[in-house]
Amino acid sequence: MERMLIGAGAGYSGDRIDAPIAVVRDLRTSGERAAIIFETLGERTLALAQLRRRENPGLGYEPNLRALLAPVLKDCVDSNITIIGNFGAANPPAAGDIIGKLAAEVGATLCIGIVSGDDMLGPEGLDVLRACCDNLPDPKSLVSANAYLGAEPIVEALDRGAQVVATGRVADPSLTLAPLIHAFGWSCRDWDRLGRGTMAGHLLECGAQVTGGYFADPGFKDVPSPESIGYPIASIDKDGQFVIGKARGGGLVDRRTVTEQLLYEVHDPAAYLTPDVIADISNASLVELGGDRVRVDGVTGHARPDTLKVTVCFDGGWLGEGEISYYGPNAVARARLAGEVVRRRSPPNIRMRCDVIGVLSVLADDQGAAWDAGVPGEPSEDVRLRVAFSAPDKATVERALAEVEALYCAGPAGGGGIRLALRPRIAATSCFVPRDAVKAKVEIVEARHA
Amino acid sequence: MHDLRLHALAHGRTGDKGNRLNISLIAYAPEIYPLLVQAVTEDVVAARFAHRKPTSVRRYELPKLYALNFVLDDVLDGGVTQALNLDSHGKTLSYHLLGMSIAVPDELMAFARVRRNDA
Repeated sequence: MERMLIGAGAGYSGDRIDAPIAVVRDLRTSGERAAIIFETLGERTLALAQLRRRENPGLGYEPNLRALLAPVLKDCVDSNITIIGNFGAANPPAAGDIIGKLAAEVGATLCIGIVSGDDMLGPEGLDVLRACCDNLPDPKSLVSANAYLGAEPIVEALDRGAQVVATGRVADPSLTLAPLIHAFGWSCRDWDRLGRGTMAGHLLECGAQVTGGYFADPGFKDVPSPESIGYPIASIDKDGQFVIGKARGGGLVDRRTVTEQLLYEVHDPAAYLTPDVIADISNASLVELGGDRVRVDGVTGHARPDTLKVTVCFDGGWLGEGEISYYGPNAVARARLAGEVVRRRSPPNIRMRCDVIGVLSVLADDQGAAWDAGVPGEPSEDVRLRVAFSAPDKATVERALAEVEALYCAGPAGGGGIRLALRPRIAATSCFVPRDAVKAKVEIVEARHA
Repeated sequence: MHDLRLHALAHGRTGDKGNRLNISLIAYAPEIYPLLVQAVTEDVVAARFAHRKPTSVRRYELPKLYALNFVLDDVLDGGVTQALNLDSHGKTLSYHLLGMSIAVPDELMAFARVRRNDA
């Protein structure tokens, strides 16, 4: 077997729910060895999943798991397309249960691999964190602490016959690298091949972001049928050389889309760190093959780091946001005055920020330097004041939000359309622990069609 | 010479990790890349984002991709878990870089995509 196809069915939790259907259809049609990955786990997504699990031990996996897999599970099993996802989130065994039930419903028999061991909140894990993290928050405020596992436990699950693998926290590119290692028998020290497989994974892991999603700029970067973008499918050979293409539908793959995604969330291009390898794209180049296919050349790799990253999430207090619109003559001055009124009446110990949406908002800083300077921005007569607050306790933020509400009767003239939102916040920090302090666990469960 | 916004010459995308932001700047045409290298230096980018008080700005050159990658430290008010900014990821900030004007020599104007917004 010379090459393998790997498609991406989701690039984040909350991605287009129908995206996997076209990907699986094209993988089936190809008749080639294939896998589909689902990346649904952001930093905070996992903390929120942990909170759901605390409320109900049967929850804590990706909420869209059923909706994502139901339309494609049977087709994948019938066509021998491996499914790998971090949709286990804070509870991979529960995700395994859901997949097992789904298999029974659609009449499929399959082996499910469950990868866990990333959770560091147990007594042993906490000991490791205490020893390794200078900035560890008060244990009472901890919500989650998860190490980034690499490809190895997923490879073990595949070697043991898993057709679907549900993981918790693993490095995103490892979802792609694992089936390649399994299929081609790569050594876990074959740094160049691992580097190439990792960058193929990097390009796949955000789904449509490499096929025309998050790209359109009308008149400059136009995207065909942006409402039905085909998600990416990479074709990777036994040496890790790869071509990025896409599933049928809208979108596009060219030098521009691939370059934007190749550098996305990359710092030093010579050192893209994962648990599996340090990938190097400092010498990478692209060749447009036509037909929405781009070959990525020149990727290499270096020996993997000795440590694993752990993301620690903890109680981050409360965030309140209030908005009110002003329109017409002197609208900006009235919006600014409203912000000042709220500031003067808010509790003194609160963090606060004002924006005038339509004039100056996302560009400005939390300290308010731009606000105080009365900074530039386009003149507008249709603006929206936004005030954001944060404090450790809910009552303080509620008190401040009440001052936005009171602008209706006591604020400047002509304010309308107040909206208020209050939500708890998850804070995050990270630290590094020795690789051997993290014990990945692999379990294989057989789901039989009754 | 013509003053043009980078948006007429290049495209880009931001990514965030904690309080660190990266912005790619990718020439539409390889002929434009040397101009970007010469005009869009670390100092110029630091000045463009001065109001966000970066503690460091690093630039990585990727000549085979006709691209520059900028890494700005401590510009996100603590990042997605702490900032009060509507866009706590800093996702909109690639267009702040693309909104910057540079001087473009006559012989490179053929590679510029001049629209009303950028001239």
